[in-house]
Amino acid sequence: MAAVLRFVNRSTFGSRMGHQCLSLSCSAAVAKSVQVGASAGKALPERVKIVEVGPRDGLQNEKTLVPAEIKIHLIDMLSEAGLPVIEATSFVSPKWVPQMADQVEVMKGINRRPGVSYPVLTPNLKGFQAAVKAGAAEVAIFGAASELFSKKNINCSVDESLQRFEEVTKAAKEAGVRVRGYVSCVLGCPYEGQVSPDKVAQVAKRLYSMGCYEISLGDTIGVGTPGGMTEMLEAVRREVPVDALAVHCHDTYGQALANILIALQMGISVVDSSVAGLGGCPYAQGASGNVATEDVVYMLHGLGIQTGVDLPKLMDAGAFICSSLNRKTSSKVAQATCKL
Amino acid sequence: MGNIPTTVKHCLSYEQLIQDYPWLGSRLQEEKRTLTREYPEYVKIIEVGPRDGLQNEKEMVPTGVKIQLINMLSETGLPVIEATSFVSSKWVPQMADHTEVLQAIHRSSHARYPVLTPNMHGFRDAVAAGATEVAVFGSASETFSRKNINCSIDASMLRLEEVICAAKQQQIPVRGYVSCALGCPYEGPIEPTKVTEVVKRLYELGCYEVSLGDTTGVGTPGSMAKMLHCVMKEVPSSALAVHCHDTYGQALANILTALQCPGLEKGTECEGRKQPALRDSELICCLAVALSDSAALKRHGENYPIIGPHETHGKWRRRKKPVQTSNYVTETGRMQ
Repeated sequence: MAAVLRFVNRSTFGSRMGHQCLSLSCSAAVAKSVQVGASAGKALPERVKIVEVGPRDGLQNEKTLVPAEIKIHLIDMLSEAGLPVIEATSFVSPKWVPQMADQVEVMKGINRRPGVSYPVLTPNLKGFQAAVKAGAAEVAIFGAASELFSKKNINCSVDESLQRFEEVTKAAKEAGVRVRGYVSCVLGCPYEGQVSPDKVAQVAKRLYSMGCYEISLGDTIGVGTPGGMTEMLEAVRREVPVDALAVHCHDTYGQALANILIALQMGISVVDSSVAGLGGCPYAQGASGNVATEDVVYMLHGLGIQTGVDLPKLMDAGAFICSSLNRKTSSKVAQATCKL
Repeated sequence: MGNIPTTVKHCLSYEQLIQDYPWLGSRLQEEKRTLTREYPEYVKIIEVGPRDGLQNEKEMVPTGVKIQLINMLSETGLPVIEATSFVSSKWVPQMADHTEVLQAIHRSSHARYPVLTPNMHGFRDAVAAGATEVAVFGSASETFSRKNINCSIDASMLRLEEVICAAKQQQIPVRGYVSCALGCPYEGPIEPTKVTEVVKRLYELGCYEVSLGDTTGVGTPGSMAKMLHCVMKEVPSSALAVHCHDTYGQALANILTALQCPGLEKGTECEGRKQPALRDSELICCLAVALSDSAALKRHGENYPIIGPHETHGKWRRRKKPVQTSNYVTETGRMQ
């Protein structure tokens, strides 16, 4: 830009810079009167619900095994930061996902804040029963929009997996437990490549009609772009009400925030993200995975959209888990405000 | 979808609806076409890696490597590649080899190679070295201007006027930059009206295009939209570009917002030829975004030569093995 961009050290900026930048994003004056994307029907939601998946989706993809107390402390810090939904753990076999072996201990150890949900993943009836026994009040199930991915990941076809989940949703209904559905590979599959938006819509509709109150559409390998996201959402919202949809964008190709913005413009108001961008991509060595909650919140606040999240507290939680994992944060906002 | 009640819409499947109400199908196709026509058909990418990118890198990059980088970038089809900067080597040692670089690069017939010229001295050197396009920069923030180039915005504009006049006389096109368009590290938020003032001045002085720079990457789609709406009231959108930094991870979302701005439907022509249309709604990962974010490069750490982006993704990727070049700077800093 300029001929000389002086490198400013921390003593000049101090924390003032960080807070100044955070306050830039929080300025309510910025966005209320401005519609981002001026065509008709592109008004953004006033409020967005953030579903924090760091403790589950994030940690399960981290190589370092994290002790239960650290997980509990992380979840407690995230509750304090104002996140309305925090995916706490996963009731899968520890043989497959050793990171989640302490599922019961974590569920029982967390300090549940009133008004906050703590869903847990339950891939089958056995997991569901164990989850309810451990005190879960909400569970999550996942289907895939790709046959090959389903076979390779959970060893059965999409139809068979949906039948399995029907057992879970029936049992959940009887127990008065809410169920959230996930669909993986909505914008591409590491094995099949392109995935048809109609297939995504079919799977989403089945999960919705089974009784899932919300369906999270996951760009599992982060290959999606705003073009693909638009097409896919158009197909899905014909079959499932937009209020029941969420997006779970991976940042593997750096497209997550742009994809989330498109989703917001199309009426979606629930976004999944992971503190510090925890969880790399198991399909692309060394690449990033989940989009960082801090970066999403920064964007939403800059748009004047309410989230209920306290960004500095969220960043503290991110810093805590990164130091426990001995890894650098994947959040650009965290890097920007800490690096100087 | 017309008068069909929402509840009915969601009970029936889409296929069933189309079967029962064939007129719906064509109506929905029209809606789809309208939705996908929101973006410009063509987006011109200004590759600033060799100048703006490298000048912010601590490691001194040998001239041979810079030349190779620019040549490789020319091969990718990029229409504009900012080659170097004619500033004093005392301030920007990385650009000390400006003349050598400009004279040695292979200039592709489809591309342009602007160079930065902060003042008349730099402009004369650039022309003597064979520059056919130059770039100048102003700031939307008074404090940033004073701290960075030691003078006020007004004083800098007078300096630039000299350069632009001289360039006009020699029929050399001039591109303008405005820094701190979405926020300043010293002043904080910058009023869009202030940005508009500076952009308008550069445009009226004779810059064919003005690039709006989010210098510290603090902007979000909200502030980008607000700023663009203001600027576009005074300067035609065909003369505007965005230069987004990814420091807070917001760059692609900000670029998307800029693309969605009304009035940006037409792309620019390059050398009198319309470039082939991009696929609908496809975004290109700007190398400028990747390279300007020095944090991203620092993550990659090791002594790997800066050769170029991973072709298929545009996002910075590290090669698995270091590439051997004949005169790459070693870890000790000495040229081999």
